[in-house]
Amino acid sequence: MRITAKQLKQKTKSILDNYQRDQGMLVSILQDIQAEYNYLPKKVLVEVSQALGAPLSQVYSVATFFKAFSLEPRGRHLINVCLGTACHVRGAVRVLEAVERELDIKSSGTTTDLKFTLETVNCVGACALGPIVIIDGEYHGQMKTDKVKALLKNYT
Amino acid sequence: MLGKEQALNRLSSPDELERVRKSIIKQRDPDKPCITICSGTGCHAYGCERVAAAFKQEVKQQGLEAKVDVRTTGCHGFCERGTLVVIKPRNIFYQRVKVDDVPEIISETVLKGNIIDRLLYTDPNTGKKIVYEPEVPFYKKQKRLVFGNNGYIDPTLIDDYLAVGGYAALGKALFKMSPEEVIGEVKKSGLRGRGGGGFPTGIKWEACRRAEGDTKYIICNADEGDPGAYMDRSLIEGNPHSVLEGMIIGAYAVGGHQGYIYIRNEYPLAVRNVQIAIKQAEEYGLLGNNILGSGFDFSVRINRGGGAFVCGESSALMASLEGKVGEPRAKYIHTVERGLWDKPTNLNNVETWANIPLIVNQGADWFAEIGTPGSKGTKIFSLVGKVNNTGLVEVPMGMTLREVIFDLGGGIPKGKKFKGVQTGGPSGGVIPESLLDLPVDFDELTKAGSMMGSGGMIVMDEDNCMVDIAKYFINFLEGESCGKCVPCREGLKRMREILTDITEGRGKEGDIELLERLSTVLIDGSLCALGATAPNPVLTTIRYFRDEYEAHIKDRKCPAGVCKELITYQIIEEKCPGCGLCVKACPTEAITFMGKKKPVILDQEKCIKCGACYDVCKLGAIKVE
Repeated sequence: MRITAKQLKQKTKSILDNYQRDQGMLVSILQDIQAEYNYLPKKVLVEVSQALGAPLSQVYSVATFFKAFSLEPRGRHLINVCLGTACHVRGAVRVLEAVERELDIKSSGTTTDLKFTLETVNCVGACALGPIVIIDGEYHGQMKTDKVKALLKNYT
Repeated sequence: MLGKEQALNRLSSPDELERVRKSIIKQRDPDKPCITICSGTGCHAYGCERVAAAFKQEVKQQGLEAKVDVRTTGCHGFCERGTLVVIKPRNIFYQRVKVDDVPEIISETVLKGNIIDRLLYTDPNTGKKIVYEPEVPFYKKQKRLVFGNNGYIDPTLIDDYLAVGGYAALGKALFKMSPEEVIGEVKKSGLRGRGGGGFPTGIKWEACRRAEGDTKYIICNADEGDPGAYMDRSLIEGNPHSVLEGMIIGAYAVGGHQGYIYIRNEYPLAVRNVQIAIKQAEEYGLLGNNILGSGFDFSVRINRGGGAFVCGESSALMASLEGKVGEPRAKYIHTVERGLWDKPTNLNNVETWANIPLIVNQGADWFAEIGTPGSKGTKIFSLVGKVNNTGLVEVPMGMTLREVIFDLGGGIPKGKKFKGVQTGGPSGGVIPESLLDLPVDFDELTKAGSMMGSGGMIVMDEDNCMVDIAKYFINFLEGESCGKCVPCREGLKRMREILTDITEGRGKEGDIELLERLSTVLIDGSLCALGATAPNPVLTTIRYFRDEYEAHIKDRKCPAGVCKELITYQIIEEKCPGCGLCVKACPTEAITFMGKKKPVILDQEKCIKCGACYDVCKLGAIKVE
């Protein structure tokens, strides 16, 4: 699914308009853009900076400061392994390592076929189900190393 | 854009609010059975949406709409047992409810009044089944003043909040109290900030009111970044109007007209529920211009965070609200004087705001009777980790850790031994077994080297390594440090390196002392509380579990069997039937199948200590040494 340059411009414009081009809403604007394209393309950052009248360096610094943003294209499926304390004490690191081995990528990497991006999150607040793995927003609780392979098979 | 739809049923006086409330209550039959389904994020992960849909469909199919209500509510707190279903008014409590159970619940319990045994909660201590929600030990000792309404209201319906007395405090504050009187009441109540610092709320408000300037801002900090804590999310997600009501009262008291809710983007359900709540409050004229006809204006807008822990710090949060990088600044001048856009700004945490309507409604004296001399009211804790009843508990300040963990939490799973409880998140510390009788309040926890924090309580058992826990938090904080000041940026890096060395068998004599010295530098020299409190996990684990550090350094051993470089996995031959499960699970082919009924052999050379065999073995035939 390639987005044309024109569509890109249109979408960005409508997101900016949603927030009345308010500089204070920069984080939210970038979030909406990322939700749309699954990363923050350089062109769009330039456009945002112009529309808000904020220096590109400021937009860039915000885009790189917050963990939620990516400047690189990400995979079709986003895997988030929760490394919150509750998950940590229940062995979340071992689960993360199992996913890393299975996909042959490290945390915050993307598989070469652009199928999966692997990230970690510092707590999603579903501690009763820890360790927890979230794929495309769906929660998979009580994860164990030996369940990882079967779980990932469900995604194409 | 949202303002367009006002006018419809806009309330223009407190009397009108009371009339609307009465008519809502009148329409509701208190004796009519109501099936409430917990729809917090925890239960969502169990599939509560499907259960709720099944209930609605079943009721419709059987034509029972007139006889029974179905309501999806906010988080009930007992996340361990989701999906939770409570049938009111009898408060029959069913746990672990699945879609398949729905028709039976309707035909047996709702229509005939029979109890379905298998869905009841069994008290593990007595083996007895418990029928009614208030009698479940997890709930019994709680005092759910702030959190209790979650189970009664659908967070997306403002009428549900009005039905339980919502916005009455707002009416009282606006029409019967002056801003100074509101502040006086909050001061007298002894309420202290629930976000972590424990600063007296009333004093903060007073300072903001007195600060010079016409424009003042109100902020609700819902950027709950503390890993392992989720009470703020459940509160704002399950009862958003209580937070809004608190904010409006606060705005009236300090003289602010614009408010912000800064909320984590990792909490999508909470964001949605707050959006809906704001819109509904605006339609009723409880937000916006001329609230309840009082002439007071206040509007609220949502900002979503970008996943940075430091943005929980007030000045960093405000920088982020201005569209800048979330870096804190030195606070020689407090944010109540110069905060957002350099204007006086009053920031409080979600739970603090939700306490305000209670104080205004019931009075400071009532509130001040609950708790300890220095810490008033209740506190919601997120009780997680190695504990049987994971969930959210609201208890009066001063309850002991032992009561919280063992009476409410039901103790440690699988008969393991309690080792420590981590309170206060990455800024807090680990409290050992010897201090379990410590009453939980702001000052007592600080004395023990930890802190209340926002209310995370992570229970750890004998299988958790305290050096690993210290490393975990320092690693977390190193990643979350904004990098602006040197002590925090460089100090945390060095601490992480030292701790990594210790956990990987390269620890040296003197490392513990070096960690302690570095900690002093961070405490004294950091710009904000992130750095200044960062050493707490290290200092408390050294203070209470020094022998574990020494075992790592001197004997090159991890007594809890966690630190990879210091352990080996071993097959217990007499227990291994040669089933081969571990052989399949091993990613490096380090385990060899030797035939049925013969124990497998593990090649230590090939073993990468991933723990896959340990996880998969059902017979406990693999041990960690």
